[in-house]
Amino acid sequence: MGKLGRMQASPDRLSRRGFLMTAVGAGVMFGFPAARAAQQFPAAGLPGDGAFEPTIWCAIAPDGAISVNIIRAEMGQHIGTALARIIADEMDADWSRVKINYVDTDPKWGLMVTGGSWSVWMTWDVFRQAGAAARVALTEAGAHLLGVRPDQCTTRDGAVVAGAKSITFGDIVSRGRPSRSFTPDEMAKLPLKPAAERRLIGNGDLKALDIPAKTDGTAIYGIDAKIEGMVYARPKMPPTRYGAKIRSVDDSAARTVKGYLRHIEIDDPSGTVQGWVVAIATSYTAAIRAADLLKVDWTPGETAHIAEKDVLDHGRAQIGRKDGGVYVFNDDGVDAAFTAAASTIEREYTCASVMHYQLEPTNALAFEKDGIFEIHAGNQWQTLILPTLAKALGRPEDRIVLRTYLLGGGFGRRLNGDYMVPAALASKALGGKPVKLILTRSDDMQFDSFRSPSVQRVRVAFDKTQAITAMDYQAAAGWPTQVMASAFMSKGVDGKPYDQFAIAGGDHWYDVGAFRVRALSNDLANRTFRPGWLRSVSPGWTSWGVESVWDEIAHLHGKDAVQFRLDHLTGKGRNAGQAPDSVGGALRQAAVVRRAAEKAGWGQPLPKDTGLGIATTSGQERGMPTWIACCALVHVDRATGIVHCRKLTIVVDAGTIVDPDGARAQTEGAALWGLSMALFEGSEIVDGLPRDRNLDTYTPLRIADVPEMDIEFVASTEKPTGLGEPGTTPIAPAIGNAIFNAVGVRMRHLPVRPSDVLRALTRHDDAEST
Amino acid sequence: MTSFRLNGHEVSVDVADDTPLLWVIRDEIGLTGTKFGCGIGMCGACTVHVGGRATRSCITPVSAIQGADITTIEGLDPAGAHPVQEAWKDLQVPQCGYCQSGQIMQAASLLKDYPAPTDEDIDAVMAGSLCRCMTYIRIRDAIKKAASATRGEPSNG
Repeated sequence: MGKLGRMQASPDRLSRRGFLMTAVGAGVMFGFPAARAAQQFPAAGLPGDGAFEPTIWCAIAPDGAISVNIIRAEMGQHIGTALARIIADEMDADWSRVKINYVDTDPKWGLMVTGGSWSVWMTWDVFRQAGAAARVALTEAGAHLLGVRPDQCTTRDGAVVAGAKSITFGDIVSRGRPSRSFTPDEMAKLPLKPAAERRLIGNGDLKALDIPAKTDGTAIYGIDAKIEGMVYARPKMPPTRYGAKIRSVDDSAARTVKGYLRHIEIDDPSGTVQGWVVAIATSYTAAIRAADLLKVDWTPGETAHIAEKDVLDHGRAQIGRKDGGVYVFNDDGVDAAFTAAASTIEREYTCASVMHYQLEPTNALAFEKDGIFEIHAGNQWQTLILPTLAKALGRPEDRIVLRTYLLGGGFGRRLNGDYMVPAALASKALGGKPVKLILTRSDDMQFDSFRSPSVQRVRVAFDKTQAITAMDYQAAAGWPTQVMASAFMSKGVDGKPYDQFAIAGGDHWYDVGAFRVRALSNDLANRTFRPGWLRSVSPGWTSWGVESVWDEIAHLHGKDAVQFRLDHLTGKGRNAGQAPDSVGGALRQAAVVRRAAEKAGWGQPLPKDTGLGIATTSGQERGMPTWIACCALVHVDRATGIVHCRKLTIVVDAGTIVDPDGARAQTEGAALWGLSMALFEGSEIVDGLPRDRNLDTYTPLRIADVPEMDIEFVASTEKPTGLGEPGTTPIAPAIGNAIFNAVGVRMRHLPVRPSDVLRALTRHDDAEST
Repeated sequence: MTSFRLNGHEVSVDVADDTPLLWVIRDEIGLTGTKFGCGIGMCGACTVHVGGRATRSCITPVSAIQGADITTIEGLDPAGAHPVQEAWKDLQVPQCGYCQSGQIMQAASLLKDYPAPTDEDIDAVMAGSLCRCMTYIRIRDAIKKAASATRGEPSNG
C-alpha cells in the first residue's frame, strides 16, 4: 500500500505532512488497498483542536487522548515509550490513551540530542515535573467541576476522583477548558509521587508503542521519505575525507544512463563535504549507475597516504612527549610516587578503527518550500547540525527545519548530521527542487565518522608491599567532540578543554593513590578522517586498557582478580559519589562486581582451555555512572586461535529502571555490540580511508555467534542513569581477561583476531619451553 | 515491461531489465517496508518472497521475476498478524526495526522448511540476516514461539 492511502486513512496527519505523500501514488495505481490503519511514523500523536497543554511537553485532548512530545530520536531504544511513561505515571494518566509525538526542530525544545545514554537521565526531572503540573491543573479544574475542593481529590487512571464522584481527564478538558500554566519556579516546587506509588515506571507489562509498526512494514524511516517531483542523488566519493579538489568531471559515460539528469559539484561553505560531486537522476538506480560512470579527476587531500599504523604511531609519540594534552586528573605526587616506587609496570593497549555500519545508509531529502529549507532525515543531534546547515546554505537557522523520522540505527553515526549538507546543497543548486540523496553502503562506509584508532599507556607504581601508590593513565585518539562540537568539551584540571568522549572511562573509580589521567587529541586522526562518536564512545575502548591492566596487576601479584577489584572499590575520596547522579559511588560498582562473580560461579574449576574473565566499568561518564560488571566465559581453540564466547553474565545498576524490558533489550544489544567489537569487527585506515566498504570484508557478529546471556538489574529507586551504551563497555576486557585465564596469553590489541591469538600462543609456548 | 504479481496484485513496470527488484518495489510501486542495507545480498534487509522462497531483492534483477509471485512484508498477512509477526510483537523483538521486515520474511520462510526448528536450524537459516541492534536472542526465541503457534501447540515462550 502506498503512503497516500495510509495518509487518507488518517486525516489528522494531513495538516502536517500530507504534502509528502503525493509523489507516491504509484501503489494506488496498481490497486493496493488500504490494508490496515496506518501506524505511520512520525506525527502519530498530534493532539488536535481544543487540547489542554499545561506545559510544552504534553497535551490532553477533549476526548482524553494524551500526546507526549518527544524530542529524542527513536533508533531502537523505544525512547518515546520510556519517556512517555514518566510523564504519564506522574499525572496518573490512562496508559491506553497515551500517544507519542516525535517533534521537528524548534527552538522551544532546547537541546535536541539523542546520545550518550542520556535521554532518560536528562528527561527524568523535567517529565516528572511536567506530569505533576498536568495532574495539579487537572485536579483543580476537575474539583471545580465536581463541586469539591482540590484537596478532596485524588487522581487515578486518567480521572480525578472525589469519594464516589469522578471525572475523566478528557471531560475535564472538554467541559472545564482548563488553561493553567506554570512558571519554572512553580514547576520545581510541585509535589512528586514517591517511588512506591508508581504504576507505569518500572512496569514490565507495558509494550513499546513503536514496535507494531516495525513488524508490518509501515514504520517510516528517513530513507522512506518522498515528495512530489523529487530527484535522486548519489555522491561520487572523493579520494580523501578532507581537502580533495575537483580538477575535472567527465559525465559522457554517465549520460548514457537512462534517467541521468546532470551532475553537481558541491560547493560547501561549511567545509563539511569537500570535493564532492553528485549524480542527479530520476531514479535511485539511475543515480547509482551514473555515479559509477562519472569520471572525476581530483587532487587528493594531504592525508591520501595515511595508514592506521601512522595514526597509532602518532598517538604513541604524543604520549611520549611531555608537552600537549589535557589533564583530567593530575594529583600531587604522581611523579614522586614513581620515583619512590619499589616496582612499576607499564603497558600499552591499542584499539583499531571501528565502523558504525548502521543498517540504514545515511540519506536525506532536502527542498525549499515557502522560504523554508526542509530537511527530512533521521538524526540524533539536530541542534548541532542546524548551524552548519545554515552556514552551508547561507541562510539563518530559523529558515531551516529538520523533520523527524525513525532511524535505521543510530549508534552515534547520526549524531553527526554531515550527510544532510550535500543533500541540502544539491537542492539549493537546483533552485530548491527536492533532492533525495542516498549513500550506497560503500559510500556510507567511506564517509563514516568511525571510531578512531586509539593508544592507551598505563603506568602503575607500587610500594614494597605491592600496594598501588600511583597510576598514570594516558590515551591518544581522534577527538570527535573537538572536531564537531568544541563548545561541548569539558575542562581539565589545567583549565584546558578536552573531549570527555575520548577519555571517559580512563578516569575510573578505583583507589590508586596519586592519579593522573592525560587526554591527547590525535591531530593526525582528526586531519585524516572525521572521528565519530560510536556506541559507548571512549568507555568502549578505555575499558580495554583499564580493565586489562587491572587484571594484569592481579595476576602479577598473585591476587584474585575479583577480590583485587573489590579491595580498590571502596568509595573513598573522589570515588565517594554525589547525590543524586552518582550517589553511593564506587561501592555500587563493588556491589555489581560481587554479584556478577557470584552468579557466574567465579573461582570454580573449568574445563581445559576455558576461562572466566571479569571486567567492570561505570558506564559512560563519572557524572552519570551506570555501574556494570560482566563475567565472560570463553573457550580458546589452540589449533585455530578462535575464541568462542560461551556465556556473558552481566549485572547492572542503572538506578531506577523506567522500562524493564527496554532496559534488558538495550543491554542485550549493547553487550553483543561489545562482543562484536572484541572478536568480530574492526577496520583499518588504508590510504587515508577506511579499508572496509561492505559486509564482504566487514564482519559484525551474527546470530550463530550469540552466547548464552544472563542479565540482571539491581533493584534501585535512585535516579535513573543510562542504558543504551553501558552494556558495551565491559565486554572486550572481560573477554581478554577470560582468554588469559583460559590459555595464559595476554591480548593487548582490539579486535582480538584468531591469528593474533595463535601468534601469542606460539610465543607463549616458546617462552615456556626455553 | 516486466509483469509479475505483488502481494496478490498484477503489476507491470517499465524499467531497465537489470533494475534490482528492491528499487522497483520501493520506488516504482511505493512499498517501503522492504529495506536497502548492503546492496550485495549480505545483510538480508531486502528479503522478500519469490514464489514463497526468501530472496534478496537487492541483487535480483527485475527481469528474473517475470511472471513470478512476489510477497513483501506488507503482503505477508492482511492484518499484519502472521504468527511470526505476532511472536515478534509478543517478545518485543525489534529495536530500530530497520532489518526486521527482512528478518520476519526470512523467518516465515524458515518455518515452512523447519516447522520445529532447532537452534542450529535457526542459526543456519538466519545467518544471512544482519541485525545491527543485535536483537538475535529475541529473534531466536520468537521463531520458536511462532513455530509453536503455527503447530497449534501452547507456547512456553
